[in-house]
Amino acid sequence: MSIGHTLLGLLEGGPRHGYDLKRAYDERFGQDRPLHYGQVYSTLSRLLRNGLVEVEGVEPGGGPERKRYAITDAGITDVEQWLGTPENPEPYLHNTLYAKVVLALMSGRAATEVLDSQRSAHLRLMRELTRRKAGGDLADQLVCDHALFHLEADLRWLELTAARLDQLAAEVRR
Amino acid sequence: MTSATHPAAGTHESEKPEEDDAAPLLEAVGLRKSFGPTPALAGASVSVRPGEIIALMGPSGSGKSTLLHCLAGILVPDAGVVRYRGTEISALSETRRSALRRSEFGFVFQFGQLVPELSCLENVALPSRLGGMDRRAAERRAREWLDRLEVADLAGKRPGEISGGQGQRVAMARALVTGPRVVFADEPTGALDSLNGEHVMRSLVAAAAETGAAVVLVTHEPRVAAYSDREVVVRDGRTRDLSAEGGATGGAARER
Repeated sequence: MSIGHTLLGLLEGGPRHGYDLKRAYDERFGQDRPLHYGQVYSTLSRLLRNGLVEVEGVEPGGGPERKRYAITDAGITDVEQWLGTPENPEPYLHNTLYAKVVLALMSGRAATEVLDSQRSAHLRLMRELTRRKAGGDLADQLVCDHALFHLEADLRWLELTAARLDQLAAEVRR
Repeated sequence: MTSATHPAAGTHESEKPEEDDAAPLLEAVGLRKSFGPTPALAGASVSVRPGEIIALMGPSGSGKSTLLHCLAGILVPDAGVVRYRGTEISALSETRRSALRRSEFGFVFQFGQLVPELSCLENVALPSRLGGMDRRAAERRAREWLDRLEVADLAGKRPGEISGGQGQRVAMARALVTGPRVVFADEPTGALDSLNGEHVMRSLVAAAAETGAAVVLVTHEPRVAAYSDREVVVRDGRTRDLSAEGGATGGAARER
C-alpha cells in the first residue's frame, strides 16, 4: 500500500500532527501492521520536499512531533491521480502450490496430501478471520472479507485441482 | 485415493476418557450406500460432538449429501452404523427414525422447504404442531424464533412473497423451533448472494451457540465452511478428517 498517498488522503480531511496521522492510519488501515513513527516522519518529510504537504504550524517545544501538516493543492491533485489509476491486477501465475502438486505427482508422492493439508491450513486462517469479523466493526469486516475472498479463491483452485489430479498425473508422468 | 487414514471406531473410543464433552453425540462408522450400481458412500465415518459445528466439504457427487441423509436417519446405509447418543439409529424402524428426526433434529436445505400455502408463522409452527403442541403455544414459540432470527415482520407473509435470504431465515426458525440437538444444513446459503449468505450463517451459528445444538453443515463454499469448528472432506464416498488424524487442524479446531 502506498503510505504516502494514504497519508495525503487522510490530510484531505484537515491538517494533523504526525502523531495524529499515525493514529488515524493505524485505526483505519493498520490492521495487523501499524506504522512506525520513523515511517510516518520519513514519509512526511518526503511529501514536504515534493511540495505535496506544508507545515501549517509548529507548537512550542520543537521536534518533528510538534509540527502540523496540511495538504497542498499539488497534494490534492496527487491523491486524485492515485485514486483514479487502477492498481495492477496480480497475475498470480507463479504459484508455489501448483509447483508442489506437480512435483509431488512427478516423484510419485501423494499429491492429495499436499492439497488436503493446504486446505486445512487455509480453512484455519479463514476461521480465524471469520471470528475476528464477528467481533469487529464494519471496517474489520470489510478488511477480513477481502482476505476471505482471496483465500476462498485459493481453495476453489485446490478443489478443482484435486478433481483433476488423475488427469494431471497422467500428463506429468508422460 | 483418500482412504489411507480413516477415523476408525477405535479412534473415538480412545478419545472418550479425556472428558465427557468429547463423547460423540452423533457418529457414523464405515457407511456404505449405493444407488443402483453407483456407490455414493464407500466407507464414510464421521463423529459429531455436542455443540460442535462440522462442515462436510467436497465436490458435487462426492457423497456429502448422502452422508448427511444417513446421519439424519433419512436414508439407511447398506452397511456400517449410525449412532445417536449411543443408539444405533440405522437399525430403527422408519416410524421411530421419523419420531427421532422430529424431536431431536432440525433441517435447513438449499431451497423449496417452506410450505407455500402456509404463512411464515404457520410454517415455523408446523414442527411443534406435528409434535402434538396446541396451536396457540406452537405459534407463540414460532413467533419467538422468527423474532430471534429478525424476521418477525414476515409472520403473516407466504413464502412466495419474501426474498431468498428471508426464506432461509424463516426455514432456520422452523429448524430450531423444536430445540433440536442437531441441525442438519445442506447448502443453506447455496442460493443466496454473499451478504445474505453471511447473515444466514451468522444467525445459524449464533442460534446453535445459544441452544447448544450441534450443526452438520454440507457446503462447497469455503467461506461458509469457515463458520465451522472442523471440516471433514468427502471424496469418492470416503471421508477424511484431518483434525481426527491429529493433523494440522487438531488444536485450533476446538477453540470457539
